[in-house]
Amino acid sequence: MKGNGAQRSKGANGWLLSAPALVLLVFAASGPLLIVAVYSVLEKGDYSGVRWILSGDGWFRVLFERDIFDQTVSFADANLSIFWRSVKLSIATTLITFAFGLPTAWFIATRPAKSRAFWLFLITIPFWTNLLIRTFAIMEVIRNEGILNTALINAGLISEPIQILYTDTAVLIGMAYVYLPLMVLPLYAAIDRFDFRLIEAGYDLYASRLQVLRGVILPIIKPGIIAGSILVFIPSLGAYVTPRVLGGGKNMMIGNFIELQFGQGQNWPLGAALSTLLLLVVLVSLLVYTRVSSRDTPHE
Amino acid sequence: MNKKRAFDVTTLPGFTFIAILSFVLLYAPIATLVIYSFNGGNSVNQWGGFSLQWYVVAFNNQAVQDATVRSLIIALWASVISTTVAMMAALGTTRRGRFKGQTAIYMIINQPLMVPEIVTAVALLIFFSSVKIATGYTGLGYLILAHSAFCVPFAYLPIKARLEGMDTSMETAAADLYATPWQTFRYVTLPLLLPGVIAGAMLAFIISLDNVIITEFVKSAGQDTLPTYMLGQLRRALTPEVNAISTALLALTVLILIAFVFLTKKRE
Amino acid sequence: MNTPIAVDARNIGKIYATGKDAVTALGDVSISIEKGEFFTLLGPSGCGKTTLLRCIAGFETPTSGSIHLSGRDITYIPPNQRPVNTVFQSYALFPHLSVAQNVGFGLKMLGKPAGDVAKAVARVLALVKLEDFADRLPQQLSGGQQQRVALARALAPEPEVLLLDEPLSALDLKLRKEMQSELKRLQTETGITFVFVTHDQEEALTMSNRIGVMSQGELLQVGTPHDIYEHPVNRFVADFIGETNFLEGVVEGHQVRIGTGDALDVVLDGQVGAVTLAIRPEQVSLTTAGAGIAAQIAETTYLGTDTHYDLKLGDGSHIIARVQSKSAGTFNVGDTVSIAIDAKAVQVLKS
Repeated sequence: MKGNGAQRSKGANGWLLSAPALVLLVFAASGPLLIVAVYSVLEKGDYSGVRWILSGDGWFRVLFERDIFDQTVSFADANLSIFWRSVKLSIATTLITFAFGLPTAWFIATRPAKSRAFWLFLITIPFWTNLLIRTFAIMEVIRNEGILNTALINAGLISEPIQILYTDTAVLIGMAYVYLPLMVLPLYAAIDRFDFRLIEAGYDLYASRLQVLRGVILPIIKPGIIAGSILVFIPSLGAYVTPRVLGGGKNMMIGNFIELQFGQGQNWPLGAALSTLLLLVVLVSLLVYTRVSSRDTPHE
Repeated sequence: MNKKRAFDVTTLPGFTFIAILSFVLLYAPIATLVIYSFNGGNSVNQWGGFSLQWYVVAFNNQAVQDATVRSLIIALWASVISTTVAMMAALGTTRRGRFKGQTAIYMIINQPLMVPEIVTAVALLIFFSSVKIATGYTGLGYLILAHSAFCVPFAYLPIKARLEGMDTSMETAAADLYATPWQTFRYVTLPLLLPGVIAGAMLAFIISLDNVIITEFVKSAGQDTLPTYMLGQLRRALTPEVNAISTALLALTVLILIAFVFLTKKRE
Repeated sequence: MNTPIAVDARNIGKIYATGKDAVTALGDVSISIEKGEFFTLLGPSGCGKTTLLRCIAGFETPTSGSIHLSGRDITYIPPNQRPVNTVFQSYALFPHLSVAQNVGFGLKMLGKPAGDVAKAVARVLALVKLEDFADRLPQQLSGGQQQRVALARALAPEPEVLLLDEPLSALDLKLRKEMQSELKRLQTETGITFVFVTHDQEEALTMSNRIGVMSQGELLQVGTPHDIYEHPVNRFVADFIGETNFLEGVVEGHQVRIGTGDALDVVLDGQVGAVTLAIRPEQVSLTTAGAGIAAQIAETTYLGTDTHYDLKLGDGSHIIARVQSKSAGTFNVGDTVSIAIDAKAVQVLKS
């Protein structure tokens, strides 16, 4: 009986001490998410906001549009192209960051213990640096009068600057640049735990370098690969700052599209529906991630 | 014959090259930004010699001054509030064994790390706009509250890590030596935990200082912070002034990070 | 009989978890520790000795039974309100406080004026010969010095009872010997009741006034080192304390007939039927021939002052004899010898 009481007071103390944090987060983070879900099924207000009348219009407009004159229903092509761009750019960002991130993480993990902290710190600085500043930095490089175009013109390779800024390519370069540390860090954590004797064993058994990479290294660091991919894919899908600065308003992603509904678009239910959708996609990918990673973790 | 180099199992072909390239690509744009902030010329396109003129311009700009002060006020409050509640939560969730609902607490605390920021921003916009109408209050409180909540997981993680590395025998010994639970916390747990608490506060400070999206959605008119001010400037032309502000912010971040590394390394 | 009792534990039981996972750490332990004595709880790891100590300190609450300190029931009093201090196995020194601050911690928590604390700290540091280290941090000290700080810290508040949880286990052999006599000296000088936990039987024998031998959550025997060594109550105690030969036999009149067919003279205390004889190796004497149990030398091990003989008996069982080297040295492997054992040196245990 006494043991049970102690157990209970343990839990009670845990909740009591966590209470301020929980109240803060529920009030200013988690709770309002529910309001978003509610707003997505309300009717659009005259200017902004909502009318408290149940309506499926917000969700309807995610995919469809109704002709103003004859009320015919058709797919909202503009929306679809924004979704497609978001998914396409997020996948491409994930692949690019992996292509650069794996060798980088490998390089750091194979440095001598002393200099490893230094290389890791070099990755951490951009990680903690303001996303906006890093996006500006990329903008400096790729704009028409930026150093990239200037260098190419001076080298005589091109005569006119290449228009990169305000294109999908610019958004892609920017996202790959700002999210690269998010790929490197989990990959590094996985490679750091890697037992390099396994590679020796691989070579000992006549595997080529490529075979060792594909047959030994990649399968073992797979949890790190999945973690890195999720960490890059999720913020890419919800990106707002980078496409706004580098895409220049035309090349919108979901994040900008959502913002539009609360700004000029003045369609809060649609914006709320889009937000809920984005949240659901992210939660599902997180769920898949936890499933896959718990399945892949070796039982110790 | 030409394979004089020893066979090193840890190298893979091309990996070192791509890694070095990654570091160059990571730092080259930042370096450009920093260098151009010292541009003496009047345009962002041409190098006109070394000068601090854009720092002077930024410093004398009333809007920049206001935004800086606002950013610092919000970041200070947010780091103090988030670190305090995060420390309490860390004490509640780590030092007393497992209990029912612990996973739920973790989920709620780490929620800002999982939900896309734009969604949280929209949610807060909706919520706070009705609160603003209902109460009539439009001060910095909303931003402080939103930043505090968003910063909790960043403050929580280093404190939790520090606590998990701490032996509970210290608290046992204190209790044995007549310390009440409060005295134990005051004289033993807190001093030992302090590096973790400061580290957590620093991360929270950086995160708050850097926040763009939530701030952009929650702020009332005339409540620009440095990042939202810079974002606003971008609607017009890119000015070297923004480079100067960015460089100053960057320097602050690096300084805090170096201090953070030293704090978390000590005594380990 | 009229010595006042310091710690009186009555029917202490401690069960961890409940249902299927329940683990009984302490069965039903009752123990009375006298004021001013050096009492040792001895047993293998996992026998419950540390749990009992933690119950006395207040870090654990027994599932059943009660604990009394100088007649006061303290079973449910929190540790910070018990006039009992502990020297922890890991020392548990506060790394952020100096040696002096560590030692003065308890008195400061009790709200003693700073001047009194300083005086007490100086006095206790002198007692453990660490006067010159007052301003150091614990991590600047050697293991042995940290051990002394831990001792000083627990002694400074002048507790009624000092609990020591395997405090010497982290020290090397030479330091351990030094600390053993040091502890004994401190105990005599301060007159504080010491309750010492160890799994090292030699440590227990040399330091204690009394020993309580524990196994699997039960207290098997309490007695002076001499009692425990010479008159173990059962095979476990005999085996755990020192080296012992065990021979199975059956009581026949005033003798016990063992497997070889020989009958040994023993001092019986009402035992009948099958018994186990416990015989210390040093009580086994060897002669070249004559009356006694015939044996063959299977192995000899020279140990300096003593020599160990592994003797094979007629029925194939073995017995160890320890003989002073100078008096022996005449036997070699394969020699046939005759064993003689003093009747008073044979412990008759129930099988």
